[in-house]
Amino acid sequence: MNHKSPRFVIGDVACLALAIVPLLVGMALKVILTPPSEGIVITGAQIYFTVPMPLQDMPITESQINSWLVILSILGLCLYLTHGVRAGVPTRRQLAAEWLVEKVDGMVRENMGEYFMGFGPFVAAILSLSALSSLSSLIGLYPPTSDINVTGGWAILVFALITYYKLKAGPWHYIKSFGDPVAVLAPMNLISEVATPVSMAFRHYGNILSGTIVSVLVASGLSGLSQKLFGWLPGVLGEFPLLRIGIPAALSVYFDVFSGCLQAYIFAVLTMLYVSNGFPQDEYEKRKLRREQKKIKMQEQQS
Amino acid sequence: MELAIGLILGACALGAGLAMIAGIGPGIGEGNAVAKACEAIGRQPESKGAVTSTMLFGCVIAETTGLYALVIAILLIFVAPGRLVDLLVTTMAGL
Repeated sequence: MNHKSPRFVIGDVACLALAIVPLLVGMALKVILTPPSEGIVITGAQIYFTVPMPLQDMPITESQINSWLVILSILGLCLYLTHGVRAGVPTRRQLAAEWLVEKVDGMVRENMGEYFMGFGPFVAAILSLSALSSLSSLIGLYPPTSDINVTGGWAILVFALITYYKLKAGPWHYIKSFGDPVAVLAPMNLISEVATPVSMAFRHYGNILSGTIVSVLVASGLSGLSQKLFGWLPGVLGEFPLLRIGIPAALSVYFDVFSGCLQAYIFAVLTMLYVSNGFPQDEYEKRKLRREQKKIKMQEQQS
Repeated sequence: MELAIGLILGACALGAGLAMIAGIGPGIGEGNAVAKACEAIGRQPESKGAVTSTMLFGCVIAETTGLYALVIAILLIFVAPGRLVDLLVTTMAGL
């Protein structure tokens, strides 16, 4: 394929636009729909629209819209990275895409084993969605991961996966696993089973939200301090919060960039570990073997 | 009425402060983890990458209890006062 043809360039521009335009749309929506407020306030996600429903009106919040926009943006990035993939001499962006895929595959192989290699795309999706959701606060969007509903939804999804893989060795084995090592401990095991998704959701959401709150508190404190210190300066200089230049950025590097990426990594690794630890490999293989033997016996009886 | 609202706000702030006592535990735990990781890296500098990633993982797990306390404190400061004052106002109006 010709990499300089106008059709290819137009495709490239379209993919990049799909990656960038959703974020701009999110910023525009925030500017248009946020009600004016006095000073610095800490609020939850704004409710942008309400959709009338038979039982109860469904609110469409900032975090829902922002996470959809982030999903669209990731889609655009993926399309851009894989646009014009060819065998033989790879292009530069193809190398980047291959590096990402190989990294995630290596993580899955290291943490889950060969049986779970199909989990690569799912883990990559969790990683990119979580990291980019947290990083979207860098351009002023409300990070969807600082809403318990978003991370709670992901945790429920992971819980369903864990339970599905635990059930692979039959429902009886699943029930029996609660009485492990002694039957008396069953309530404790039940609690720890429920605590898994709860702790995953709360860990991610608490980290991002606490970062946001600390940044806002520091910013408001600095603007108050600079008003006290430089309030005597004439005109605009007196009103301008001079101390807010630079200092909150250092906090943002830790809370938004480092913490956001670390939490994405932790969420992905925990998902892999819980799923692969919950899967009873030996029992599953025994059950498979028993079933095959039964099938052979049936066939022998029939013939 | 003012006294009741003041009591609610004060008790919420006090509760949030008490909840954050739980921050001690993760602090000590993570400090221990990092100290041991530093020792391990000092002994075997070539295993720095594996030790660092394992340490970060363990730190984040240890942080969970502190985050539970943090969530309680955030709820007590930002959510509970409004709810309780609303409840108070509606009950007072009903009387």
